Amino acid sequence: MNALVNSTRAELLRLRKWSAVWVIVGAWLALSLSFGYVFNYVAYKTGDDNFAGDGASNAQLLAGLMPSAIPDVIVSGLPMFGGALAMVVGALVAGNGFGWGTWKTVFTQGPSRYASVGGSLVAVTLFVLTMMVATLALSAGVSVVIAVSEGQTVSMPALGDLARAFGAGFLVLEMWALLGFLVGVLAKGPALAVGLGLVWSLVVENLLRGVGSLLSGIETVTEALPGTAGGSLAGAVVGGPNGTPGVLDAISGERALITVAAYVAVAAVAAVVVMRRRDLV
Amino acid sequence: MNELVVETDGLTKRYGDRLAVNRVSMTVVRGEVYGFLGPNGAGKTTTLRMMLGLIRPTAGSARILGLPAGSPDVTARIGALIEGPGFYPYLSGRDNLRTLARYQSLPSTEVDRVLEMVDLTDRAKDAFKGYSLGMKQRLGVAAAMLGDPDLLVLDEPTNGLDPAGMADMRALVVSLAEAGQTVILSSHILAEVQEICDRVGVINDGRLLRESTVAELRGGATLRVRATPEDAALAAVMRIAGDEGVRRVGDGTLEVDLPATAAPEVVRQLVTDSIDVHEVTVAERSLEDVFFEMTGSETSRKKEVVS
Ligand SMILES: Nc1ncnc2c1ncn2[C@@H]1O[C@H](COP(=O)(O)OP(=O)(O)OP(=O)(O)O)[C@@H](O)[C@H]1O
Ligand SMILES: [Mg+2]
Repeated sequence: MNALVNSTRAELLRLRKWSAVWVIVGAWLALSLSFGYVFNYVAYKTGDDNFAGDGASNAQLLAGLMPSAIPDVIVSGLPMFGGALAMVVGALVAGNGFGWGTWKTVFTQGPSRYASVGGSLVAVTLFVLTMMVATLALSAGVSVVIAVSEGQTVSMPALGDLARAFGAGFLVLEMWALLGFLVGVLAKGPALAVGLGLVWSLVVENLLRGVGSLLSGIETVTEALPGTAGGSLAGAVVGGPNGTPGVLDAISGERALITVAAYVAVAAVAAVVVMRRRDLV
Repeated sequence: MNELVVETDGLTKRYGDRLAVNRVSMTVVRGEVYGFLGPNGAGKTTTLRMMLGLIRPTAGSARILGLPAGSPDVTARIGALIEGPGFYPYLSGRDNLRTLARYQSLPSTEVDRVLEMVDLTDRAKDAFKGYSLGMKQRLGVAAAMLGDPDLLVLDEPTNGLDPAGMADMRALVVSLAEAGQTVILSSHILAEVQEICDRVGVINDGRLLRESTVAELRGGATLRVRATPEDAALAAVMRIAGDEGVRRVGDGTLEVDLPATAAPEVVRQLVTDSIDVHEVTVAERSLEDVFFEMTGSETSRKKEVVS
């Protein structure tokens, strides 16, 4: 246990000082701000019903910008954009260690390979948590500012809804981050892992889902894919597809939750098992 | 005192058809500087990786500090630099060491101590990626020394260092050895090994050819005597060196298994027997000669000294 704590502290130190991962967080927050608030706010202000939503009325647009809509906003962008970025982080953290020789260095420090890889996974998890907290803080801040400046009453969402959205969002990000980590471990480098991972999550899964709606045999496969699970989990929180790419209702929320959790567990265990047995040169 | 720090038993690593390391059984005793000597591709790094548990042997085993190689209790007590340093390029030298220190919960004073030992304190704040090759190598040695390990494994630590840096590195190893540190130092630089190692293991083509002290490995010096008539000279020298101690090597020259200090006696005997002495030389084998003889990578060359 001590070894795991030591490894986590070590990994957190080097993650905290790694500008690449903060650039990714920054990109994510900029995306969240733009798609969650800025575009809709501009649409609301200019009163053009067709700009942001599909004919959403101005009242609907405003409602989406209010603090009470925070749960929907923080979850909507995660299945596709947030997930892709989290996967990049996971792939960088695990994959770079091979080329840099840092896995080699870490494995000769003392903690077992279980503890070292475990510590890295815990650190990535804490990073994902930070990403979620930052997303929540951004949403809360911006929506309150909009509400006040538009002269609306500031009514916060129910704590339960918020927790549900936060939890679902965290799980979706965690799933992609750990899958990225696993692919980084399998590919022994970040480049192939990031490339394959992004093509998979952004392109292949969408194509398969497109084909799947035509052929029922493929549908059973697509229903088990991480993108489908993450999208459906987000969909369950926001109440079905809301126009944001990646938010789905392909499977029930319950099944989505189980599938996402299973991916998290499988990715973590697989990464540890592969690293434990691997020859490191 | 003769506690074995490293004991390998038939250590073997196969990559495809190639036996990178072939049944290597070696021992390192506490407190010694062990030179691991071999040409490029001999299997030095591969052997050290197996000792550290970085790769798993195809066959055989290694016990380090009495425990199986690679177990956490062992790696915590070893410091290693294996085939070049592995650090986070974006972190400063100091932050890299701080990160590693956290794995063992070492205090920051320990980071300062090792930075000082490799003379990197001034540049500790700079990013690792901006370091010169020699600085990177020194940081690698510093990392290996973190936590004052029981065994220091340095795989070609002078790689990329300039002459002054090499001298510093040797001085560092010597001072560590004087303080009782056990060191395994792999190298293909013979002068380095001859200078600072107590014992050497010579490896070539994956096989450990020999393991002994540097002096033993070099063996005694021999005399070369050119005198006429050769038959009479042979008989005369045999009276001093014994029948087995003299060989004809052609060219009217005899090779005598006697040290340089025996040269006057040999000359006196030849002169007494009215034999014409043309030349007496001392052929001293350097580690280099022995090494090339053993590894067969070049015909041995003799250092000729006219006496
Ligand atoms: N991961 C690997 N895959 C395939 N072959 C390998 C691998 N690692 C080492 N080898 C082979 O094993 C042999 C020994 O390599 P090793 O790196 O141990 O040599 P070395 O003695 O350290 O040489 P050098 O002085 O050049 O560092 C070489 O023939 C090398 O090609
Ligand atoms: Mg080597």
